[in-house]
Amino acid sequence: MFQRTEPADCSIEWDGAVLPARTGEPLAAALLAAGVVRLRGTVLSGAPRGAFCMMGACFDCVVQVEGAVVQACMVAVTPGMKAAP
Amino acid sequence: MRVDVLVLGAGPAGMSAALEARAQGLSVLLLDENAAPGGQVYRGARADARGPGADQARAGAKLAAALAGSGAERRFGATLWAIEPGPVAFFSEEGGARRVAAGQIILAPGTTERALPLPGWTLPGVMGVGAAQILMKSAGLLPSGAVWLAGQGPLLWLYAAQALAKGGRIAGIVDMSGPRTAALWHLPAALAAPGYLARGMAWMGAVRRQVPVHRSRDLRAEGDGQLERVVIDGTPHPADTLLLHDGVVPNTQVTRAIQGCAHRFRAGAWEPVVDEWGHTSTAGILVAGDGGGVFGAAAAALSGRIAALAVAHALGCFGVEQRDALAGPLLLRRGRQRAPRRFLDALFPPLPPPADPVMLCRCEEVSAGRVREAVALGCLGTNQLKAFTRAGMGACQGRVCGPLLHSAVAAARGVDGAMVEPLRTRFPTKPLTLGELAALA
Ligand code: FES
Repeated sequence: MFQRTEPADCSIEWDGAVLPARTGEPLAAALLAAGVVRLRGTVLSGAPRGAFCMMGACFDCVVQVEGAVVQACMVAVTPGMKAAP
Repeated sequence: MRVDVLVLGAGPAGMSAALEARAQGLSVLLLDENAAPGGQVYRGARADARGPGADQARAGAKLAAALAGSGAERRFGATLWAIEPGPVAFFSEEGGARRVAAGQIILAPGTTERALPLPGWTLPGVMGVGAAQILMKSAGLLPSGAVWLAGQGPLLWLYAAQALAKGGRIAGIVDMSGPRTAALWHLPAALAAPGYLARGMAWMGAVRRQVPVHRSRDLRAEGDGQLERVVIDGTPHPADTLLLHDGVVPNTQVTRAIQGCAHRFRAGAWEPVVDEWGHTSTAGILVAGDGGGVFGAAAAALSGRIAALAVAHALGCFGVEQRDALAGPLLLRRGRQRAPRRFLDALFPPLPPPADPVMLCRCEEVSAGRVREAVALGCLGTNQLKAFTRAGMGACQGRVCGPLLHSAVAAARGVDGAMVEPLRTRFPTKPLTLGELAALA
C-alpha cells in the first residue's frame, strides 16, 4: 500500500464511489492512495491490470474520465473528477 | 510556428539545453508531456529538499527556476508525436495538434525503466520501482505495510533509502543481482569518482540496516485479481505491493521512428548513435542526456548545454573556435561524470529472460514460451515476431516489452543483442484523435 504524506484536499469519483484526492496529483496516485489497485481487465483475456509505470509508457492504467479514454498516470486530479474503468 | 531550437523533454538535459540556447540568444520552444518541469530525476524537485538524493532535487529546482526566467517558451502537457525533415515537429496539447518548424531539434527523452518480467508480474499491485518513485515525488505517497522491492541497480537502493528516510515502510528486498556484485561494489570506492558511487554505497548500507534483504532469483508474485503474496525460494510472504527494477534504458521511441537515425546496441540496450555534441545521423536532430545513452543526471545536464552550443554554432551564433572554447570545460566535466557508468553497466547486466509461462508483452499477452516457439519456427527478429505472435503491437507500442522481446529473441537464437534489430517505431508515436488532427487544418 501507499500512504499519503500530504493531506487530501478534494474528492473524486471512481466508478461511483467517492474517494479523497489532492488537486494536481496524478489520478492514478489518488486511486492507489485510496487502495484502488485494480483499474481494468485486458481486452484479450480480461486479466486484471493496474498502474505499472506511472510515466505514460505501459498504457495499463487506461481509464475513462468524463467519457474520454485517458492514462490515469498522466491526468492531473481536478476536484470532483469522475473516473471509471 | 517557427523557432530556432525545439527542445523535447524538460528533464536535466532538456532544461539545460533550453537555458544554454537562450543564453546564446536563440529562440527556444521546450515541450514536455508532463504537467511540470523536471523529467524523472528532477520531478517535483524542491529547493529545500533534504535526505538521500536531495542534492539532485536542489539542482533540479535551481534549473527550473532559471528556465522560468529565461524567456524560453515552455509548454507542459504537450506530447510530441512526429518529426519530419526540415526539421518540422508535430505535437498535441489541450486537445489540438500543432506544427512547429525549427532551426534544429534537441531531443532529451530520458529513459524508461527496464521491466523485470517474472511469474505474476502483470497483477495489479506489481509496479516499477521508478513508478513508486514518481508516486513519491509527484504525490508524496510513501510505501507502507507489505511492500516488497525486487531486482537490481542503483535506483532500487536510492528509492528504498529515500522512502525510509521520509518515514516509509518496506517489508523486504529481494536482491537479484549477480553473484560478484557485493564484492565489486567496494572496488570503485577507491576510484572516488564524483561522489556518485560512494553515495550509492551509503544508501545501500542504510537500507540494509533497516530492511531484510533476501538474495534470490526465484521469485513469484501471486494473488487472486491483485497481488496478495510474494513467494521467495518457495516461501510465501504476504505482500500488497511489489516494486520491480532492472535498471533503465534510453527512451528511443521517437528516435527509432526518425528516418535515417542510426542506433547501436550498448550495455544491453539500444541507443541512438551520437557524436560528442549529440548529433544523430539525421541532419538537424540532436539527442542530449540519457536518451542517448544512460550516464545519469549530472552528465545529462552537461550534455544538454553541449548540444545547445553545437546548435548555436550551426545556426550562426559563433564560429568553431568559440564553440570549442565554451564547450571544452563542459566536455571535461562530463567525462568525469561518465566515468563510473561503465562499471555500473558491467555490474548490473540485464537479468536473463524468464521461464516459458511468464508474460513478456503485457498488452497482447504473449509469453516468453511463445516467443521461443516463434524463434524455433524461424523468426529472426522482434519486427518479424509481430507477425508471428502480435507481441509489441499493443497500446504501449513496445515501450515496455520492446527490450524484453529483444533479449528473449537474442537469447533463444543464441546471438548477441547487437545481431537482433530493435522494434521499429512509427509516427505518430502516441495515439492521436481526429479532433486533435483537425486543429492542424
Ligand atoms: S501506469 Fe503506465 S501508462 Fe499509466
